[in-house]
Amino acid sequence: MKKLQLNSKFVPLIITILLFVGLFAVGSIKYPSFFSLQVFFNLFIDNAYLIILAVGMTFVLVIGGIDLSVGSVLCLVAMASADLVENRGVNPYVVMLLMIVIGAVYGLVQGTLIQSFKMQPFIVTLAGLFFGKGAAAWISIETINITNKTYNDIAHYRVKLIGDGFISIGAVIALVTLVIAIYIAHYTKFGRTAYAIGGNEQSALLMGLPVARTKILIYTLNGICSALAGIVFSFYMLSGYSLHGQGMELDAIASAVIGGTLLTGGVGYVVGSLFGALTQGIIQNIIMFDGSLNSWWTKIAIAALLCMFIIIQRLLVARRDAQKARSRGNLAKNQAVAK
Amino acid sequence: MAENNPILKMFGICKTFPGVKALQNVDFMLRAGEVHCLMGENGAGKSTLIKVLTGVEKLDKGEIFLDGENILPKTPLEAQAVGISTVYQEVNLCPNLSVAENMFIGREPITAGRINWKEINKRAEAALEKLNVKIDVTQTLDSYSVAIQQMVAIARSLDVSAKVLILDEPTSSLDKNEVDKLFEVLRKLKKDGIGIIFITHFLDQVYEISDRITVLRNGELVGEFETAALPRVQLVAKMIGKEFDELASLNKGNVAVANIEDDTSFIKARGLGSSGTIKPFDLDIKKGEVLGLVGLLGSGRTETARVLFGADKADSGELFINNRKVSMTSPIDAIKQGMAFCPEDRKKEGIIGDLTVRENIMLALQAKRGMGKYITRKEQEQLADKFIKLLSIKTAGPEQLIKNLSGGNQQKVILARWLATEPDLLILDEPTRGIDVGTKTEIQKLVVKLAEEGMAVVFISSELDEELRTCSRMAVFRDRQKIAELTGDDLTEHYVMQTIAGGQNDAE
Repeated sequence: MKKLQLNSKFVPLIITILLFVGLFAVGSIKYPSFFSLQVFFNLFIDNAYLIILAVGMTFVLVIGGIDLSVGSVLCLVAMASADLVENRGVNPYVVMLLMIVIGAVYGLVQGTLIQSFKMQPFIVTLAGLFFGKGAAAWISIETINITNKTYNDIAHYRVKLIGDGFISIGAVIALVTLVIAIYIAHYTKFGRTAYAIGGNEQSALLMGLPVARTKILIYTLNGICSALAGIVFSFYMLSGYSLHGQGMELDAIASAVIGGTLLTGGVGYVVGSLFGALTQGIIQNIIMFDGSLNSWWTKIAIAALLCMFIIIQRLLVARRDAQKARSRGNLAKNQAVAK
Repeated sequence: MAENNPILKMFGICKTFPGVKALQNVDFMLRAGEVHCLMGENGAGKSTLIKVLTGVEKLDKGEIFLDGENILPKTPLEAQAVGISTVYQEVNLCPNLSVAENMFIGREPITAGRINWKEINKRAEAALEKLNVKIDVTQTLDSYSVAIQQMVAIARSLDVSAKVLILDEPTSSLDKNEVDKLFEVLRKLKKDGIGIIFITHFLDQVYEISDRITVLRNGELVGEFETAALPRVQLVAKMIGKEFDELASLNKGNVAVANIEDDTSFIKARGLGSSGTIKPFDLDIKKGEVLGLVGLLGSGRTETARVLFGADKADSGELFINNRKVSMTSPIDAIKQGMAFCPEDRKKEGIIGDLTVRENIMLALQAKRGMGKYITRKEQEQLADKFIKLLSIKTAGPEQLIKNLSGGNQQKVILARWLATEPDLLILDEPTRGIDVGTKTEIQKLVVKLAEEGMAVVFISSELDEELRTCSRMAVFRDRQKIAELTGDDLTEHYVMQTIAGGQNDAE
């Protein structure tokens, strides 16, 4: 009984992982060259930025918020990096550091507006989305290619893993981010406070938790993640373009939801978001391997998945409510017997 | 038992809100190891006193001493830090976190830079075991009943080291068994020397658990009494400031009304049921009677009402209204058939807080007449004025937002909403929960009066004496099944309780 109950908490997560494994199996059966370590590693390389965005987004969703600005922050960062490195000759490492700072400030401002002025996160970050887009286009409407040596070296560096498999620096950054995020989420007071806020903000306040500070910090953290994703993205694309990152905030939210995060807050796993992002990546891969399907099928498949996951979550909640009602009924029965 | 050294003293507490003197010169003393009930009608100043004590509101004048030390908590946190903890009716914990985490969040033990979950679980288990609660503390809080959740809240308070524990309406959503468990815990805490302030509307519980009672009325102190030396009737008289006879005499009138022949049944249910919520039942509701649905919480009382009203779909049986077979699939059908239903949870299912009193009153009538039909402003105002007067709803006017009214008055507005539709059958689900004795009596009297005027009334309440006072007939429910119907001489507290509990008197 105890074991069964414990599992139910992880059911969405387990389903996501199984789904990922299943999709990988489908791809491997259909396309001979699919089943290889490198295809698996490529998922991390091709989706490194999305993984980072999804990790940051998970925290925001856990406190019951939302951040629509991440895609355009990514775009702005890639754009600004390209401009600073190429056109103004700034040291690449200084640029990267600066971008992180910009991301942090971006998140800090949004978080402060949301928390201190009680504004809707949806609206505040929607404004953030437009601002980022606008700022990126203001830098340049044209694509700026990054020819800087440092950037190119980092972009092409291969981190050797088992066999001939390798991953990119971007993928390594994504994985490190993931590990840090897991630690923050489950082993720090800050992380647990985020979950408490998502569960019941009023209660969190009454229990003496630093609600305001935590919420602002979560948005700041997400801003940093967006900037980091932007940097990883510029390694991946080696260019800045004002139309990059469109709709990426929604991909990040989709990853988190597929990974078992509830939009209502309080429930979510960083690992789930990783598999959410990988699942989207693998669908893309399958469609690519097939060759005959239009790439928009990816979106349709993801739509179907999202729908499925929301239904599963709903069913789980309903089942638990039913269980509770039953245990209540049993109690009443025992009581009647006792009398 | 109760030691006599005072642990908490409040002197000359004054608090004024714009236009209202909420507290005037109130003294309060709590001794270590006692359960002290704070009694008073709504608006008497109970909540304000507690809010001042717990730092939610700032006092205007007065002094608070805890263990002889002058304290002045400015926030609930400061109050907690000095040892004053509150457990509210709505449990203030996080449903998504584990039980253990709820007890330790914000003060988690950290080893080697990370939260030590093992330690937390161990300590949580031990703390709960002290309260005789043995549960899996790694489960999320919302997998347990409200009763358990309250225990967890209490355990958390104690673990933060409470000297004074305030329980604000903790029993409103508990059933008898759960209340007993809670009381067991309170008795244990008394022995440990903790001072407990207990706020409740249930007189039975006051007499079962408390050592002393402090009564407030209109923001003033009426007095402090030893529970054992204060008869119930006197307590109520002190609370409402008038004599209690009118309540006692209520019962007589309506017994006669019950003896009306069968063909006046407004509604007849034959084998009506809804799988999973209520087993098939037969039920007749006659015009001019108050039919009580009694049973424990979750026994099927509310569910029966919901099926009758079409809020839950019946999947078996037949329903006759005025001897005509009807099929109802939604509340709107029921409303059109002349039924009205005041739901149990007025906050969630009843009032719409951001609408005015007038608009809240008009809702059901509008639905009955059809959404497209315009009800003139003048008619609306007339109706609103009529009901505000009829039910003596205390509001600044019909255009007041309903959320600014007290609980009892909100309840009256909901009642008005359904009375405006001039129903033949009125279903009241816990109409008096959480409202003060005075308003309770008013509502009870109104119910009896409506029945005398020929309305059929279904009355659901957890308080048996209330049912006994108002109902001429009772249907008893247990385990989602109707098990008996009682009338006349059977309507005694003892017999009804026995039936609910499933004693010797029924064949089962």
